Amino acid sequence: MLKLEKRPQPSQLWTYLTPLLAVIITMIAGSALFALLGKNPIEAVATIFWEPLFGEFSFYYRPQLLVKGAPLVLIAIGLSLGFRAGIWNIGAEGQYIIGAITGAAVGLAFYPAESWLIFPLMVLAGALGGLAWAMIPAFLQVRFGTNEILVSLMLVYVAEQLLASMSLGLLKNPEGFGFPGSRNFQQYASGHNAEIITGSGMHWGVVAALIAVIFAYILLNRHILGYHIRLTGQAPRAARFAGVRPNLLILFCLGTSGALAGLAGLFEVSGPAGQISIDFNVGYGFTAIIVAFLGRLHPVGIMLAGLLMALTYIGGEIAQSNLGLPAAAIQLFQGMLLFFLLAVDLLTNYRIRFVKAETA
Amino acid sequence: MTKTLLRISGLTKAYPGVIANSDVSFEITEGEVHALLGENGAGKSTLVKMIYGLVKPDSGTMTLRGAPFAPTEPRAARAAGVAMVFQHFSLFDALNVAENVALGMENPPPMRDLATRIRDVSEAYGLPLDPFRTVGDLSAGERQRVEIIRCLLQDPRLLIMDEPTSVLTPQEVEILFETLRKLTSEGVAILYISHKLEEIRALCDHATILRLGKNVGTCIPRDTSAREMAELMVGSAFEAPARAGRELGDVALDVTGLSLGSPGEFGTSLRNIHFTVKKGEILGIGGVAGNGQDELWGALSGELTTDNEAIRLMGQPIGNLGPTARRDRGLLTAPEERLGHAAAPEMSLTENALLTGAKRENLMNRGFLKWAATEEFAKRIIKTFDVRTPGPGTAARALSGGNLQKFVIGREVLQHPEVLVVNQPTWGVDAAAAASIRQALLDLAANGTAVICISQDLDELMEISDRFCALNEGRLSDIRPAQGLSVDEIGLMMGGAHGMEVAHVEA
Repeated sequence: MLKLEKRPQPSQLWTYLTPLLAVIITMIAGSALFALLGKNPIEAVATIFWEPLFGEFSFYYRPQLLVKGAPLVLIAIGLSLGFRAGIWNIGAEGQYIIGAITGAAVGLAFYPAESWLIFPLMVLAGALGGLAWAMIPAFLQVRFGTNEILVSLMLVYVAEQLLASMSLGLLKNPEGFGFPGSRNFQQYASGHNAEIITGSGMHWGVVAALIAVIFAYILLNRHILGYHIRLTGQAPRAARFAGVRPNLLILFCLGTSGALAGLAGLFEVSGPAGQISIDFNVGYGFTAIIVAFLGRLHPVGIMLAGLLMALTYIGGEIAQSNLGLPAAAIQLFQGMLLFFLLAVDLLTNYRIRFVKAETA
Repeated sequence: MTKTLLRISGLTKAYPGVIANSDVSFEITEGEVHALLGENGAGKSTLVKMIYGLVKPDSGTMTLRGAPFAPTEPRAARAAGVAMVFQHFSLFDALNVAENVALGMENPPPMRDLATRIRDVSEAYGLPLDPFRTVGDLSAGERQRVEIIRCLLQDPRLLIMDEPTSVLTPQEVEILFETLRKLTSEGVAILYISHKLEEIRALCDHATILRLGKNVGTCIPRDTSAREMAELMVGSAFEAPARAGRELGDVALDVTGLSLGSPGEFGTSLRNIHFTVKKGEILGIGGVAGNGQDELWGALSGELTTDNEAIRLMGQPIGNLGPTARRDRGLLTAPEERLGHAAAPEMSLTENALLTGAKRENLMNRGFLKWAATEEFAKRIIKTFDVRTPGPGTAARALSGGNLQKFVIGREVLQHPEVLVVNQPTWGVDAAAAASIRQALLDLAANGTAVICISQDLDELMEISDRFCALNEGRLSDIRPAQGLSVDEIGLMMGGAHGMEVAHVEA
């Protein structure tokens, strides 16, 4: 008989091993899934994990890793601060959209003026836009005690409507022959988030993501505010005793995650995506939740997890086009990753004991 | 009647890393009150859980009235005539008495019949109780009656009571004892768990003493002194705290007209509380649990803020300041709950040292943490207060109750408070740790700190307090010098019988 037994202390070893174990179990379960779909499971898993890194066209896919990973990491870092404190911002997707809209709007307002000041202003506007959008659930929670999960999530759908309205109306390209979507920043040098080194995939969003990782690491491990965030998540009453004011923490965590999501949106719209369009958002804000947990809410872990998720995105696309796997199968595959991670997480705090069946 | 009701022989139960019971044997005869005595962690709870079918023994046997008795679940134990009143009540505040009783029954009769039966039983045993009152409105003593009546309705042969008097005033204890004596006169045996020695001497016919899971002796409490029993319990003589005579200084904390609505629906509001504490003085605040202790601690710690003028520290109003600001001014506190309130269970002792010490111990620089200094502070607490742990990197939850309590009290004591407020400082702590915590509080007062000790342990309060008062339904009694107070006077300060009638039991 199997028996779970609480460990006296959380296991350090398993804290690091569980993400790896989750990836392995996902590969196995994913193989079964692909086999049931009538595909060669080994080929499918290899396509997802191997092809982008070492395959024939890896020179193209490798930079994509940074392009797709940066927004995930940037958003996930922000989310992880709140998650550590038990503040659940589920609406990063919305903050990402709003950041893109406000940032792009500032850039487009200056068009066609050329100045090196324009891009920094756009960055600022993007961060503020995301921050403002996140402040809505924060304020409602602090003032009226609403649930931040529901409010932030529902605001995603509001943001999506706003995005559609912007691409069809206010921000529509006047020279776009009536097609929806704004002007393309790739053709506007002052507002373009160009690659810093050509062909590397390294744009300013990647730099921002790296800075966010370092910032979060220092905050959580070396600063009293980070300590209070961790304390609030682990023992809310002890945090009250320590003098933490929960409302300030809600404002800080939601605000920071909103600002970082807004930044991610701005870097995306002014770089890889290029323009505001109806289908601008592709779910980075939701995937970042998986990334945050996969990375154990630890800044360095999140960075690695962001790259891993980017890999499954890219690999998934290759598998879709090369092997004809349905898009839903890839999403399922990503979902499994979070599912198994949460499941094997148990091993950090519990150990499995084999005991002889008791004779009743 | 001297027939053996329950015979326990060689019961053993081991949990990972700890042997809770090792080869325990004793007998309970019909119609006796048998005490089970021991420190916290001695294995009393595990033993009664085995009798009640909640835990399966690893080895050993029990016989009930001559027949083998091995209950696999509480239902089986109840069917065999064993009932238990737990220390922590399992009652729903929002339901009435009869509904609560019905919830515990397999086939509850119609509500009206049940109410009649509750009335009958409660009158027969001198436990007056209205079946239709909401449990949330009952005092702790009355709630206990609900639990007892719930058991009596099963017509038990053996009634197990786990520390029943910890929530009662001395007067209420007398009422309970009358009921128990009435029960034993009918042949019911009572297994009475406690560590209050005088109580056991007054009530019990036999006492079995457990230490570290072993039966270390059975005695007749009436013929044994409390000291002898204590030494059996602890295994050696331990030092009682020593108090030195001391001079009192100026008023350190002045509470005037403190009123506070309770934050919870079934909590207790504080009503117009006045008291002062001088430097070097220990004020003991007693009272039955749930009479506003948590709320008073909250109001003093700053977790609940009040009218600014209601609380003055060294003359300065602090009523609307939060915990951090009060700590800066020298008012330190330790809450009742160790894990989750005084300390974060998953965090290391070093991180927990930071919890209240960050500013006073200078453990941060513009918000940036000095981990080396923090670890030094944690080590100092561990060393000074003899906290048994592998080191400051250990998670708080890995410590035993007594060791963690020494750590969280020590953390405040080492910060040189002007005023220290502690709530239940030795609750659930072994005797040796309790003695050292009390000594620490006495030493602190001797060095000029004003100490407020909120506790439900009257012996503790009498041992360390200079002055004593009690909370009763959110009001504070008169404050009287602790020396020379009689048990009767203390009981009256605590609210007497709490509105409960004295039992009229026909012998």
